[in-house]
Amino acid sequence: MSPDTQNPQDKQGQQDTQGSKGTIRVVQLYPRDMNIYGDWGNALVLKQRISWHGYSPELLEYNVGDDFPTDVDVILGGGGQDSGQLIIQDDLQQRAGVLTELAEDGAPMLLICGLYQLFGKFFKTRSGPVIPGIGVLDVETHGTNERLIGNVKVATAEFGDVLGYENHSGQTTLGSGVRPLGTVAKGTGNNSRDGHEGARYKNIVASYLHGSLLPKNPAIADFLIRTAAERKFGAFVAGSPDDRYAVLAREHAARRPR
Amino acid sequence: MLYISVPLGKLVRRVSRLRGGGSALPGLVVEKIDPGFMQRTLATLPHGVAVVSGTNGKTTTTKMVVELLESQGLKVFTNRTGSNFTRGVAASLLGEVDWRGRLTADVAVLELDEAHAVHFVNQVAPRYSLLLNVLRDQLDRFGEIDKTAQLLQQIAAKTTGTVVLNREDPRVARIADTLSGQDVQYFGLDESLLSTFPNDDDMRAAPGSPAPAALPQKPPADVVLRKVGPDTADFEYDGVTVTTTMKLRGVYNIFNAAAALVLARSICGGGAATADHSTLLTALSQVAPAFGRGESLTVDGQPLDLVLVKNPSGFRLGLKSFPAGGYATMIAINDNYADGRDMSWLWDVEFDSLRHSGVDQLTGSRAYDMALRLQYDDVRVGSVQPDITPALSAFIREAKDKPKRIFCTYTAMLAIRRELSKITTVEVVS
Ligand SMILES: [Zn+2]
Repeated sequence: MSPDTQNPQDKQGQQDTQGSKGTIRVVQLYPRDMNIYGDWGNALVLKQRISWHGYSPELLEYNVGDDFPTDVDVILGGGGQDSGQLIIQDDLQQRAGVLTELAEDGAPMLLICGLYQLFGKFFKTRSGPVIPGIGVLDVETHGTNERLIGNVKVATAEFGDVLGYENHSGQTTLGSGVRPLGTVAKGTGNNSRDGHEGARYKNIVASYLHGSLLPKNPAIADFLIRTAAERKFGAFVAGSPDDRYAVLAREHAARRPR
Repeated sequence: MLYISVPLGKLVRRVSRLRGGGSALPGLVVEKIDPGFMQRTLATLPHGVAVVSGTNGKTTTTKMVVELLESQGLKVFTNRTGSNFTRGVAASLLGEVDWRGRLTADVAVLELDEAHAVHFVNQVAPRYSLLLNVLRDQLDRFGEIDKTAQLLQQIAAKTTGTVVLNREDPRVARIADTLSGQDVQYFGLDESLLSTFPNDDDMRAAPGSPAPAALPQKPPADVVLRKVGPDTADFEYDGVTVTTTMKLRGVYNIFNAAAALVLARSICGGGAATADHSTLLTALSQVAPAFGRGESLTVDGQPLDLVLVKNPSGFRLGLKSFPAGGYATMIAINDNYADGRDMSWLWDVEFDSLRHSGVDQLTGSRAYDMALRLQYDDVRVGSVQPDITPALSAFIREAKDKPKRIFCTYTAMLAIRRELSKITTVEVVS
């Protein structure tokens, strides 16, 4: 029997029955309008890994017009079409205060594609209009005619190689207030000029990578969970999720063509 | 010049056939030397051109429309080779016209890929169009869902006669608002079946997510699918509900049968007045799935179903249409260009329905992505083997006495069919 034939779930299922180390609340931002290319996968991975680490996950949605939840531990923001960005832009401006406060206070956040752009200073669309961002990240984005599509591999110091898939026509330039998530080894990343992918600021990880990002990059998922636990409980006690399939999926993905 | 292009094109076609070549070259030759060929030839058809487009189910629906029309005694030209391109249509035409360029058909029914359909309708205005759905399909190619809806809208706008729309897909149904002058017909679903047909707005798949915004007021549909049984379906039209047996499997195929009925009724000239409904229904009950779309083969005396899955909605519909109970299951996921390179779509499918029986075998270039996906949905995985050949033999060996089902992406399906014909007696049942 090859090691592949055993089931990671067998062990993990049992952990749910043990006493929880505490509740971690994950809020998905605008899942109704900003959710594309498997963004749900990121939410699912956090939910499952929080429980595999022995904590209790609570998954909340925040959509346009909702009351903003209290006691937020992790923020997840996904990608969207142009129409989605237009629908949420006013509501997002109204939530700029609470989101900035959370970011400055060190709340962990994962921002993919569309919300990566709108957490920046602005998104100047190709046709002219400028969608204002909330300025949490010192980045700006310009729409282009060129769609950057394909498999991506990014070398990062914090999380090792990050693997995913990009599909965007907005090109993002980083200001001095943020640092890149990593350096592109395959693919394009933030823009077609400087070879960087994503942005890091406080406990925010921002990226153009779908894929979904978290399943094949459990190091980033665990960073978000660890940071949330430390911020809430003062410490993080890790469990031992079975990442055998993640390791193999990474190896195979890294060898696939652009 | 006019009549030289056809003999020359046919000659190139014959030569490229002999050399085992595809359909593109002869089409290209005719296009180059006689750009008006396709337009001119199709313009001679008494019932004009009908275009079938949308994300899911084009091939099987086109096949159904053709067989329905043939049951009414019409001679139908169609792009059977599966070529989705204008050039493919030109090449298919070359095969059908006589040496003087005359096409002896009553009507053309063409399956057109959304992206190329617009290019086509700008050259040849269809008399009929059937627009099936707008779902997340190979977004790496088209970029955005809204853009796909716009492409379908342009097909509708160029249609001179009847536009047939899916009443239950808001992005398709809303196209009616943009039209003036065309006759609009709908195909629809019974309320009780709506939940089994997620449209794209359901796709985000988070449990408890809000229902999609349906049209405020549903227009009446020409044909409504009322009920789906194990091998029957109930359709309502002209105020009556009829039950017919179906060879086609999968609820989404049967919904598309309602679409095909509407188009066939329109082409036959105003529904009941001219179409013979008993022969229409007989033809419908005989339609077999198109290549790879829910095909059923026999291996070691047991059924083996191949279910093509190429996007999240198709995968979800496949899982709903083919319940896992009693079957051994294999999933084959490739990420070649024809499959789409982007694997994010696997995360837009829920696999809960496989939790009870598990998945016996995973294969394909993205087998481990699939394993990871199933791990996060708590679905038990048997073995994982990216190489399709050994994976398929192991699957067949270990589930010898069970009916089997394989969900596969396009290029994985081609590889599996090739292997099946080598390792065992493959009898094509339907
Ligand atoms: Zn995106």
